Amino acid sequence: MTRSLLGGAAALAAVLAAAPIGRAQQGWNFTGLTPAEFKAMPPGGPAPRRDISGMWDGGPAGVGATGQQAERAAARAPFTPLGEQMARENRPGNGPRRVAVAEINDPLSTLGDPAGFPRLVTFELRGVQIVQTPAQVLMLYLFEKRWRAIWTDGRSLPANPEPRWYGYSVGRWEDDYTLVVETVGLDDRTWIDNDGDPHSTDLRVTERYRRVDQTTLELTVTIDDPKIYTKPWLVRNRMPLRLLPPGADWMEMIPSASEAQAYQRAVVSQLKGK
Amino acid sequence: MRHRQMVGGVVLALVLAPGVPMSGHHGADTFATGTQITLKGTVTEWIWANPHCFLRFDAKDDTGTVRNWVAETQNPVSMTARGLSRSMVKAGDPVTVTIEPAKNGEPVARLLTVTLPDGRTLVAANPQPAAPAPSPQ
Repeated sequence: MTRSLLGGAAALAAVLAAAPIGRAQQGWNFTGLTPAEFKAMPPGGPAPRRDISGMWDGGPAGVGATGQQAERAAARAPFTPLGEQMARENRPGNGPRRVAVAEINDPLSTLGDPAGFPRLVTFELRGVQIVQTPAQVLMLYLFEKRWRAIWTDGRSLPANPEPRWYGYSVGRWEDDYTLVVETVGLDDRTWIDNDGDPHSTDLRVTERYRRVDQTTLELTVTIDDPKIYTKPWLVRNRMPLRLLPPGADWMEMIPSASEAQAYQRAVVSQLKGK
Repeated sequence: MRHRQMVGGVVLALVLAPGVPMSGHHGADTFATGTQITLKGTVTEWIWANPHCFLRFDAKDDTGTVRNWVAETQNPVSMTARGLSRSMVKAGDPVTVTIEPAKNGEPVARLLTVTLPDGRTLVAANPQPAAPAPSPQ
């Protein structure tokens, strides 16, 4: 245990020395690790058992807008006929079906709708603070300043859930270092990702959080929606997150409806001209 | 091309910025990638907001006519990581900006750099390479 703590402390100290991460530890409005800082993060010590708590930074892959577009497109399962139909109605700003700015109908950026789940972990996953209680794992996200409760008290998922923006989630420890989370009951107004991939209310999402070492957490997310996709597919595949010093105070990043309207009036309306 | 007419001195400036994650919605085929113009103007509004911040400024074209431009950036978190801030400019401030204009000829653009009244030049975005010409059908 002591060795684990020392290993983790040494890794963090090395990062603090190598990068201007003091701004995370001491300041306000931390914007996240830069790609160079993220890459420079050394391996941590041994992972603690059944513990993924802490402040985690998803780094450049977490942002998920322009990065990894090709990987996402390659991983995506083929659409069913209904999936094709729903995908045609979504006009995203990114991905293989992206349209001009004036044509985008993304409910998040144009209306200020919630990102919803699983988009909250496929787009703008810059930072997430994970808190564990005896009955729940709480995910506190930088983006939207949103939170999710993952029940770990042994309950089952609801049989006929009323759809919610962020669904219903239960988690279990698959082994001492892997938490598996299942989520159902998802509102089909939301997109799976920034590429406008649709889903139905039958969507089932599986997240696997694997604590690789003291300072690294890996996230894999499986999309299973037989109405829309011909087979399950991975929208995140072992995406690493890095542990931040506990004093990190993140900036707010809240896509409000009034700000979305202001952007539409000022910028998008002019792009629609001519 | 209208942009060329309205800009007295067109200055091409290639800039490099630290790799900072970008986000938001981008859209295809909207701005004239590969084209950069530099304008001197006066700030009329600097909106610090999601999904994208945007700078409004007045700038004269080469006939002396003032046009009010709007130049968009990315979100406040990405802009803060690049050194921009909510308080960096206010209405009335003189600025020099490098922009990538919209293809439709309207005074709307992506902001690449802004030079503030104190002389600092901040990089809001890296220039995009020119889009490949459409292949003959």
